Amino acid sequence: MTGEEKRALKYGMAFISPWIVGFASFLLLPMVLSLYYSFCDYSVLNPPAFLGGQNYQELVHDEVFWVSLYNTFYFALFALPLGTLTALFLALLLNSNIRFLGFFRTVFFLPSLVPLVALAILWQDILHTEYGIVNELLGVIGLGPFDWLGDPALAKPGLVLTTMWIVGNPVVIYLAGLQDVPRALYEAARIDGATKMQETAYITLPMISPVIYFNLIMGCIGVLQIFALPYVMTGGGPARSTLFYSMYLFDQAFAYLNMGYACAMAWILFGMIAVLTYSAHLLTNRFVVYGGS
Amino acid sequence: MIPPLGESPAVTLSKRFLLYLTLGLLSILFMLPFVWMIKTSLMTAQQATTAPPEWIPHPFRFDNYVVATKAIPFWLYTRNTLYVAIMNVIGMTLASAFIAWGFAHYRFPGRDKFFAITLATMMVPFPVLMVSQYAIFRDLGWIGTYKPLWVPAFFGHAYNIFLLRQFLLGVPRDLTDVARIDGCGELRIFLQIIIPLIRPALLVVALFSFMYHWNDFMAPLIYLTDEKQFTLALGLQSFQSRLGETAITHLMAATTLMVAPVIALFFLTQKTFIEGISLTGLKG
Repeated sequence: MTGEEKRALKYGMAFISPWIVGFASFLLLPMVLSLYYSFCDYSVLNPPAFLGGQNYQELVHDEVFWVSLYNTFYFALFALPLGTLTALFLALLLNSNIRFLGFFRTVFFLPSLVPLVALAILWQDILHTEYGIVNELLGVIGLGPFDWLGDPALAKPGLVLTTMWIVGNPVVIYLAGLQDVPRALYEAARIDGATKMQETAYITLPMISPVIYFNLIMGCIGVLQIFALPYVMTGGGPARSTLFYSMYLFDQAFAYLNMGYACAMAWILFGMIAVLTYSAHLLTNRFVVYGGS
Repeated sequence: MIPPLGESPAVTLSKRFLLYLTLGLLSILFMLPFVWMIKTSLMTAQQATTAPPEWIPHPFRFDNYVVATKAIPFWLYTRNTLYVAIMNVIGMTLASAFIAWGFAHYRFPGRDKFFAITLATMMVPFPVLMVSQYAIFRDLGWIGTYKPLWVPAFFGHAYNIFLLRQFLLGVPRDLTDVARIDGCGELRIFLQIIIPLIRPALLVVALFSFMYHWNDFMAPLIYLTDEKQFTLALGLQSFQSRLGETAITHLMAATTLMVAPVIALFFLTQKTFIEGISLTGLKG
């Protein structure tokens, strides 16, 4: 090793050493422990007692576990595509060479700044059956009133509706992506006589598909862990209709002190996320267009 | 711009009218919840809960804000939140920049593997770490203190390390070589040359960590036990669960007070904010 290489190793390792220490103590160690706890009866108050696969077996027969899993996927299945479509729609509107772009962008972005707890409290009131604004607006077109957060059939849609208000982040991201699409592509398409719809379908969307893909993956990971919003808005009710996976996991860990059981749930969640992202990765080659390919 | 083919100016005009109409209506729809929050915070409880909803407070009850700040206690919680957020801002910006410089500048064996692991850690869902981190912090005697909420920030975060490394890769090596020839030490190079160079990127990291901790609910919920230590998010939630619908106006006043600083911060740093979001969302 030359003196130059030694110097690079010494200083390089010195600079990344905080990360290595942090990684070992706040990530690797907790991961190993959590995997171990998932095979134990552990209440944090007593030392863990090894059980083997019992936690996992119990989970299979735990009705509430399946309810929370169903709720989470139901929510993800609606919130994610609807949120993406809304964000894309808004970004496309903003990308139509409009005046006051900054103003409109700010208007659509501001709601996503609202802290989740504040958002939850505000929307509880907005969705109120008698004097909420959503029912008031729906009343104009002759619908409702709906008991959004009180009816087990409507509570999840109510939460999905709430999340439609906070699509500002992806709007800004999609807009930035849209503005990076080379103008020459559109000019060529116009000469060929393409309509606005064809331009969107064959140029715009394929060109920003990597951005959409990335945001869908991150959104999926986020939505599977949804916690604060339902915790504050509904507390999991009515009739467990908004009891999501992370909430049940949290309850098992910190309300019932079944920490081993909670760890088993966490690893199942990790497994689901890993499978999802890996399958998405396999699909990428087919649907996502990267520059130059 | 090439004019659209086969469309008369009149058609284009009516299309643009439709575009602005849609944008205008959507803007109103997106701003309504804010109007709702503020008008409710200024009403009597009775007026706020009448159907159909009323829009103009009568009378304007500004004292709702006074009542709310005392009931929560708002200023104590603001101080607690600021403490946690500022410790995170300091720790996260410094540590992430420090680590990112190690990954960006020095070519040493194993570096790329370490970096790949760093990125991979972003995939680990928080619930996997939640329970055992709690156990570790409990063994350290940190439960019921703010330490679990800010100490980890001083070890950086994968996302911020990644973001800052992208910036640091653009720093020309000549700059550091010259400094070295002049006898400048490695730490001084980092502190006096590199840090000032990436100030805009550091601002993005600082801004987003501040926002994250102003808003964070789950970690304070897990680690804070004493009501006097609560952060705003936690305080607001416990206020809400303690009181029924009758206090909706006070609750809205408190909510407005929690939202307002974030909106103000956004308007002060709008450019950094928007750039930061586009940046973090595009370069996955």
